[in-house]
Amino acid sequence: MAERTTTIAKQFEDLPQQREAVTLGMWTFLATEVLFFGGLFLVYSVYRHFYFNAFAAASKHTDVVYGTVNSVILITSSLTMALGVRAAKLIQYRNTIRFLLLTVCLGLAFLAVKGFEYHKDITDRLVPGLDFNPDLPLHGQIFFWLYWTMTGLHALHVIIGLGVISTMIGLLSRRNGRPVHAHSIENAGLYWHFVDIVWIYLYPLLYLVGRHS
Amino acid sequence: MTAEPQNYLNGEYTIKSWLLTTDHKRIGLLYLLTILFFFVIAAFAAGLMRLELLTPQGDLVSSDTYNKLFTIHGVMMVWFFLIPSIPSVLGNFLVPLMIGARDVAFPRLNLLSWYLFVLGGFFTFHAVILGGVDTGWTFYTPYSSTYSNSHVTEMALGIFIAGFGSILTGLNFIITIQKMRAPGLTWFRLPLFIWSMFATSIILVLATPVLAITLLLMGVERIWGIGIFNPKLGGDPVLFQHLFWFYSHPAVYIMILPGMGVVSEIIPCFSRKQIFGYKFVAFSSVAIAVIGFLVWGHHMFVSSQSIYAGMAFSLLSFLVSIPSAIKVFNWTATLYRGSISFEAPMLYVLGFIGLFVVGGLTGLFLATLAVDVHVHGTYFVVAHFHYIMVGGMVTAFMAGIHFWWPKITGRLYPEKWAQFSAIILFIGFNLTFFPQFVLGYLGMPRRVHEYAPEFQVYNVLSTAGATILGVGYLLPLIYLLWSLKNGPRADQNPWQAAGLEWKTASPPPEHNFEETPVITEEAYAYPPLTSSQPTPEEPHG
Repeated sequence: MAERTTTIAKQFEDLPQQREAVTLGMWTFLATEVLFFGGLFLVYSVYRHFYFNAFAAASKHTDVVYGTVNSVILITSSLTMALGVRAAKLIQYRNTIRFLLLTVCLGLAFLAVKGFEYHKDITDRLVPGLDFNPDLPLHGQIFFWLYWTMTGLHALHVIIGLGVISTMIGLLSRRNGRPVHAHSIENAGLYWHFVDIVWIYLYPLLYLVGRHS
Repeated sequence: MTAEPQNYLNGEYTIKSWLLTTDHKRIGLLYLLTILFFFVIAAFAAGLMRLELLTPQGDLVSSDTYNKLFTIHGVMMVWFFLIPSIPSVLGNFLVPLMIGARDVAFPRLNLLSWYLFVLGGFFTFHAVILGGVDTGWTFYTPYSSTYSNSHVTEMALGIFIAGFGSILTGLNFIITIQKMRAPGLTWFRLPLFIWSMFATSIILVLATPVLAITLLLMGVERIWGIGIFNPKLGGDPVLFQHLFWFYSHPAVYIMILPGMGVVSEIIPCFSRKQIFGYKFVAFSSVAIAVIGFLVWGHHMFVSSQSIYAGMAFSLLSFLVSIPSAIKVFNWTATLYRGSISFEAPMLYVLGFIGLFVVGGLTGLFLATLAVDVHVHGTYFVVAHFHYIMVGGMVTAFMAGIHFWWPKITGRLYPEKWAQFSAIILFIGFNLTFFPQFVLGYLGMPRRVHEYAPEFQVYNVLSTAGATILGVGYLLPLIYLLWSLKNGPRADQNPWQAAGLEWKTASPPPEHNFEETPVITEEAYAYPPLTSSQPTPEEPHG
């Protein structure tokens, strides 16, 4: 990463070629991520179709307060990320660092809230197989199996995203006066927005699906 | 040695310079060595199976061992040999050369792909050493997730990790082909190998993540002891099959499209002609990649899938054969009135066309709902996909290795030996797998180590064929290694072939071209024939 943000890597002819290649690479990578989560969303759709009532009943046991707070936190973090990218394009590196730091803080807050929520889920006996509330319908276990897997994988992606943004902060603070390629920050932003968008889908599917009536 | 000019092989000799290389050509060779390792193991497993099947009784291995043997064979051949074979070895070596680039778009990512592949291979190999896996390469649930007492999790983890290697390779090729082409190299001037690599990469990038999530769900279910494919919980095991084949059927095209690319390079060269119907061949690669995503349900004709879904998948499976047929017709038309010579790569390619046609046509049998009910799960299926994957892809891989051997190593291989082994391979292959069509049609199920005595004669033929086939693989290994030291030095373009990769030294310098080439002509610009035959369709000929 280091030389790519300050110079043109040796395989490229010029800067525009490098920028286009790196950006297209990021979008292609996000396409693979969509397919990765796509498998889970397919499984969710199939079982919700099979066990509609069980899914509605089980969904009411998720904690909508934690879920909503986390949605707000994550959307806000996307805003700060976008502002960071804009600042990088305007070559306001100090502001970029500030916004990226803010994004990292919000991401950590998201994980913290998620941690409290997981703790509550365990005490509420919502772990399929190991300790599952017998009052819930049998097929509610499928719902919660998906809940843990989907939010767990999402949280993993949040952690990876935080790593990427932190790397960018590191690059920006060690740049020694040299310019930083804005597209690197932008690509980190693309990844972060992807993580956000996945949550935008998870939130209604997991928290709201049983509460619309 | 002192007179040899600087190239990618003799720049540095240290192990570190290989293990930390970002040169696409060296990474291609790293892949070559790694997949050879897995090929040998998987081929050995196949040899043991054929030996067991020599007699109707289970006298060499137990049924349990036999299950593990076909799992090792399937997993290693599919994920650790065929999928990386042409893309990661020849693709890595050739894609930047063919488009006039210095390297792939992301060289370090390229190296990471190889490390992921090796790490995945390590886990898979380790699972085999610990005692193996008995689920077959398809890992069908709930057997894999609940009941199997073998090392499923570790092997699935290996495939999961190697899968990310494939994804990154595909990503690298897509960006490289999109953004790194030399000036003047428009899409319709690209070699057809590049088109097929592009189509392959799209499949790698879009299908492999689905395999990853599927294996992950299966693995979590196994570790957690409960999960969504488990019928006890109301889960649907067939859903696993849908997800698995949504990857694995397109993956079949990962295992043939690159081979078609190699064929499209070699046929014009050895018939000294422009390829016939360039755009048709190019777009048929894309069509295969697209339609290939819509046919997965034909693996579940007898697995409780709705009959209407079955009809739709049957129709789509027929459709996907059209672009493949277009390719075969265009190759044949290229041969027509060409000035054909039969060097080893061409012999392999001609073998490919014959075997691929048989494999493709029997695929239509299987796409037919009623016939599939009869031959599902029999040796007919085994014979069909081996005709595509071994008769097609492995033969094309051999063709490609021979064709580009002078470019890769700077040495010529012994031609007579190569021609001889191409013929041995063709004979051995047919003798191994043609009897299996008959066996399957007569009703011998696959994946069993004992069978009814009336099937023995075909099994003996098949095992005898496998022995010949083994010789066909061993011979090239010997004479190619021999040629590394003793083969005559190759000049820049020993085949008088068109294509950018032949316009630089053999082996190429580290940065491929002394100066960035500028392209002014179409691909396969072979000079018009000087024969006395009139060619009325070419006014300037």
